[in-house]
Amino acid sequence: MAGIVIQGGRLIDPAHAVDGKKDLYIDGNGFVVGVGKAPSGFKETKSIDARGLIVCPGLVDLRARLREPGLEYKATIESEVHAAVAAGITTLCCPPDTRPVIDTPAMAQMIQSRAWRFGKAFIHPLGALTQGLGGKLLADMEALDEAGCVGFTNALEPMTDTLVLRRALEYAATLDLTVFLHAEDPWLRNGGCVHEGEIGTRLGLPGIPEAAETVGVARDLALIEQTGCRAHFCNLSSNRAVAMIAEAIAHGLPVSADVTAHHLHLTEHDIGDFNTLCHVQPPLRGTHDRKGLRKALKTGVIRAICSDHQPHEPDAKLAPFAKSEPGISALETLLPLTLKLVDEKLLSLSEALALLTHNPAEIIGVETGHLGVGATADICIFDPEARWMLTEDKLISRGHNTPFLGWEFRGRVTYTLVGGKIVFEAGEN
Amino acid sequence: MKPGLQFDDAGRLRHLLTIEGLSRQTIIEILDTAESFISMGEREIKKIPLLRGKTVVNLFFESSTRTRTTFEIAAKRLSADVINLNVDASSTSKGETLLDTIRNLEAMHTDLFIVRHAESGAAHMIARHVPPHVHIINAGDGRHAHPTQGLLDMFTIRRYKGAFEKLKVAIVGDILHSRVARSQIHALVTLGVAELRVVAPKTLLPTAVEMLGVRAFTRMEEGLDGVDVVMMLRLQRERMQGAHIPSEHEFFNLYGLTPAKLALAAKDAIVMHPGPMNRGLEIDSAVADGPQSVILPQVTYGIAVRMAVMALIMGGASEPPKYRDAQMSRAAKNPQRAGGRR
Repeated sequence: MAGIVIQGGRLIDPAHAVDGKKDLYIDGNGFVVGVGKAPSGFKETKSIDARGLIVCPGLVDLRARLREPGLEYKATIESEVHAAVAAGITTLCCPPDTRPVIDTPAMAQMIQSRAWRFGKAFIHPLGALTQGLGGKLLADMEALDEAGCVGFTNALEPMTDTLVLRRALEYAATLDLTVFLHAEDPWLRNGGCVHEGEIGTRLGLPGIPEAAETVGVARDLALIEQTGCRAHFCNLSSNRAVAMIAEAIAHGLPVSADVTAHHLHLTEHDIGDFNTLCHVQPPLRGTHDRKGLRKALKTGVIRAICSDHQPHEPDAKLAPFAKSEPGISALETLLPLTLKLVDEKLLSLSEALALLTHNPAEIIGVETGHLGVGATADICIFDPEARWMLTEDKLISRGHNTPFLGWEFRGRVTYTLVGGKIVFEAGEN
Repeated sequence: MKPGLQFDDAGRLRHLLTIEGLSRQTIIEILDTAESFISMGEREIKKIPLLRGKTVVNLFFESSTRTRTTFEIAAKRLSADVINLNVDASSTSKGETLLDTIRNLEAMHTDLFIVRHAESGAAHMIARHVPPHVHIINAGDGRHAHPTQGLLDMFTIRRYKGAFEKLKVAIVGDILHSRVARSQIHALVTLGVAELRVVAPKTLLPTAVEMLGVRAFTRMEEGLDGVDVVMMLRLQRERMQGAHIPSEHEFFNLYGLTPAKLALAAKDAIVMHPGPMNRGLEIDSAVADGPQSVILPQVTYGIAVRMAVMALIMGGASEPPKYRDAQMSRAAKNPQRAGGRR
């Protein structure tokens, strides 16, 4: 047996409660074959010196828009998988709101085969819950599941007809599929673009009340309870919604939830004087909401942090606030922003990494996100002490739309391996 | 809010985008400068050469008569060359972005853009992307700000009521959708009025409006009690559509300013309205045309105030000394303004 050995690093594998100095042995097929000690007869063909570095499972991002197909002027699968692996992300979930929509097996397969062609990160599509995301006719969920979709969602398109949502959840439950929900009442949203609060009032921007989220969550939870469907709530933004999810979990409902890294760091106040880079959906809310979201990481109500990556061309943000396109180019700040929560003493390093690796992998039911013997060698190696500042020239993603330019971070990815292959090595972008 | 965008590196006012962030001193300076321009309108020759050779573009993405006309007159009295462009839908419908429109006009060596746009933040966005020698005046952006309206309202209040510190002021009507209200609130708070109230049904009050420095009332009887200034707002007739109010009739009954409701205010209270008025919806004609109304003087003062703003942002740090002198002597002669205003 021959392969790569990662030597001298601090291995953190939350799934197996491992945190210590352990070498990692990877065979030629891309599997982990030894943790802490070499399997008998192992011959190293390459050694990665990880002294002073942290070795952890590759990051699993539950939501990243790669803009292909349909919006290649914003970004492409090729450009974004490069950015992903440079940020330690080895697995990405792609929502179905591409053009055309991922509501056929052909589309689902096309996206995966494009990703394989570049041999960088894995991309798992999320299938459309309804045909064309129209909210009326169910998509062929079984066929999409067969084609590799790891979950089903109507993405940001509202499920206005509650009966269709009920049927969709029932049908997904029949096939034991996970539905990803963006809980928001479209009537209460009513074309809003910021949190209905201080900043919306001051800037005269139409607001989205917290109730848009809580009414959406309440409706969806009632249907989940009735249908028994396994559901994942995407992108919680308010403290009250967190409390509702916590209660549902306590009652044994099969639900999980995620949050974006930016909602854990920014609030409506970061919009300042119309900073369109802070235009996101759902909106950045108040300070107490951010506090509630952070607390939910600690209590386990929120089980994953995702990037919600939405790269844009510059013009998309050069418009009056409400007319600018929402979203942040966020792949490259996912790990740094999460590590900031460790610096701020909210989470231990192992807890933080669990939110980026094992937990999201479990939510999509994909065999990655851990580094036990036999696991796929999707690995992120980073220098926890490296200090750096995010500047535009450092961004690899085609989208430069991030409000975090000028932020100082600690922790920088030095190597990324996917399936046992080195796909990123710092210093040779 | 970063104070930066409206000011140049030396701290001088470079654009006027919002009243928020202006110091009391700057606001007073604008009002004093406007005072010096008031008499000009009554002269035989109504022009001074302050902006001679400068090009001013009135760029209106939303229709307006009063604001556009008073800006045009103001610029012409300062001897600028003025071009009016109603962009309504023309270029934007051809797919040109707002910034493209601005860049094209900038390429024609425009010195000052007066911008009205239906989207909050449009003027900020433009100001962020023009070269340093180009100035922007916000003539109304969405629900956000209409700073020259706010300033001319302050000018009117000062002329009729004197010191701000003693005044109780009520702003009445559709606060939620009103850029005028937001500008008035920032100005009145900065100038330190004794009490500032907003009066509206809950459907037309913004969330957390109190943090702007106002007290919110939902009943006219309480909101108007003893106030010195009543500032009415225009109600869009379409507001029934968004379920904000049930009917014009009910709104008038509850919030329309009638002589009976005005009687709740101080005896010598003044009544203001930014126009255009909906008679019989937010205001009774008996009040609009009555002795306490200062609605037409507001329009007249609008010209002087807009001249003052242009003079300040285009002409450098402060007004030319000769106008300051003229204004000082006028101030001394004006009986309405006695009483230690400054």
